[in-house]
Amino acid sequence: MKTGSRLEKILESGAFAVTSECGPPRGADADVIRKKGELLKEVVDAVNITDCQTSVVRMSSLSSCLILKQMGFDPIMQMVTRDRNRIAIQSDILGAAALGINNILCLSGDHQRFGDHPQSKNVYDIDSVQLIMTVKKMRDEEKFLNDEELTKPPRLFIGAAANPFADPFEIRALRLAKKVAAGVEFIQTQCIYNLGRFEAWMRQVVDMGLHEKVYILAGVTPLKSVGMARYMKNLVPGMDVPDELIERLKGVPKEKQSDEGIAICVETIQRVQKMEGVRGVHIMAIEWEEKVREIAQRAGLLPRPAA
Amino acid sequence: MITAEIKPIEEILEIIEPYDKIILAGCKECVAVCAAGGEKEVQFLASALRTARKSNGREVEIREVTLQRQCDPEYVEQIRDFAGDYQAILSIACGVGVQYMAEHYTIPAVPGLNTAFMGGAVQQGVWSEKCQGCGNCVLHLTGGICPITRCSKSLLNGPCGGSSNGKCEVNPEIECGWQLIIDRLKLLGEFESRYAELFPIKDWSTSRDGGLRKIVREDLKQ
Amino acid sequence: MDYPSNVKLIRIPCTGRVDALHLMKAFEEGMDGVCVAGCLEGECHFLTGNLRAKKRVEYVKKVLSTLGINPERLQMYNLSAAMGAKFVEIASEVTDKIRAIGPSPVKTGRGREFAEEQKEGEES
Repeated sequence: MKTGSRLEKILESGAFAVTSECGPPRGADADVIRKKGELLKEVVDAVNITDCQTSVVRMSSLSSCLILKQMGFDPIMQMVTRDRNRIAIQSDILGAAALGINNILCLSGDHQRFGDHPQSKNVYDIDSVQLIMTVKKMRDEEKFLNDEELTKPPRLFIGAAANPFADPFEIRALRLAKKVAAGVEFIQTQCIYNLGRFEAWMRQVVDMGLHEKVYILAGVTPLKSVGMARYMKNLVPGMDVPDELIERLKGVPKEKQSDEGIAICVETIQRVQKMEGVRGVHIMAIEWEEKVREIAQRAGLLPRPAA
Repeated sequence: MITAEIKPIEEILEIIEPYDKIILAGCKECVAVCAAGGEKEVQFLASALRTARKSNGREVEIREVTLQRQCDPEYVEQIRDFAGDYQAILSIACGVGVQYMAEHYTIPAVPGLNTAFMGGAVQQGVWSEKCQGCGNCVLHLTGGICPITRCSKSLLNGPCGGSSNGKCEVNPEIECGWQLIIDRLKLLGEFESRYAELFPIKDWSTSRDGGLRKIVREDLKQ
Repeated sequence: MDYPSNVKLIRIPCTGRVDALHLMKAFEEGMDGVCVAGCLEGECHFLTGNLRAKKRVEYVKKVLSTLGINPERLQMYNLSAAMGAKFVEIASEVTDKIRAIGPSPVKTGRGREFAEEQKEGEES
């Protein structure tokens, strides 16, 4: 064990891990996080807090993680390189570790053109692969990026994202290999709707032996409606929603569509659980956190192993 | 070339509002190539400004001059003889030229263009950004395609998860820089050797982030 | 051919020869209207001259709008060299149109005759 992370412990024990995520509020309201936390109690092994996702200003990931930690969760701090340079990044890494946060998810981050402040200046001093390298260097070499020694290493379990549904497909496993070489320890994938493509990617990953070097958690998001499915298909880059899924949702009356979406999600979990190399599931139900418990229950993932 | 675009004419009229006698100075190099500030554009802009003033019952005397370039003191000096007769210099060179005019003359030097980027022609009438002047060129490692400029996030270990059908998530009209790099590396037979390498963190101190830059050639200095 | 006497003819080998500057200068000199008459689209003797002219006319119309000058003062028409009667018709039509708009503000110095919001109103 390299850190005090519950997620790391569960993955090392060989158990199938369950994580989920929370989006912080657009205001200084700690209760929003607490309420979301209540919905996830004893449903997850660890929970992500997004970092100004889609470039929209929200309460910081670090502060929200602290609130969840105080409730007894093992939070995963998401950190994007879009908004901070290496000085701020190393500083926040030390801060997170000092506050007892054990996990970090390293991302480049959605471009600010997507968000609510498209006129802001870019940072992207380093990219996600280099962020992984940074955390690893600080933790294992106990050094800053400039090779000077730091006084107490941040013991963070290092995660990153992978997207088997972005293009070009042929290099997606290679990009994962790069992250592994950089030192990543767990991966959460973009949410899966196209199981065929996911299987093909997992096969490449297994062929390259990457599944033995990194814990892969399959991402799932329940669809609420046909509208949401269409939105994800057409307007979210790097998302692959097959037409059959949309047809399946269309085939049920409107008021039953969200139930069908949950059923699809549960089926997806059950399928990926059987795939070689998949060590857990990351259930993303942003603004629908109340359904995570039901999904985990129906997929047979509860109760979670003791901490 | 350095590319630029003419400012909206209403804005230029506002900028020259206090003046009745101006020099309109163009440049025969970069801005002429991107049809923003060359001789033709000097003539057209001068005519448009006079027309606008006349329709408002006012005149403006415009001395039209197109210099070889405005980023060299020897050319900027060429208006020395008559600059004193005018109230301002409206420069439609790039931002560099406007600043040279300002440094050399005691009358106001004002811009008529919005200087944009370092780039080249894609087709007639279309220019696109190619280089950000980071001061540490790595084009030999990326098949000749710049990851700093062509990738919206300037990733060195790209592509990100938003690359879709060869397009960037920011705007479907923008090609994914990393898709282009990968395609080219494959074409050159360099993919296997280069892609798996972890690109180290960039030293941005050679770019504008490190502060105002200067190049000195001791062997050429007088 | 009997066309109105206020129409001054400038002959050129092809409308492709018309530069945006020629059009702008005409207005600068106080012309109330400018008409560019080119070959029918697809029948340009020099292949694309009339298409280039069309783009330049559109460009100058935009510039005129921003200067507060009614862009309708500048028009492009397409006809063949054999269509003499059509030419007279066009000349008369343009004359009537320009007369209705009135003298160019460049001559009168009376300021903006055209606000860009007006144009949007027309389009909707």
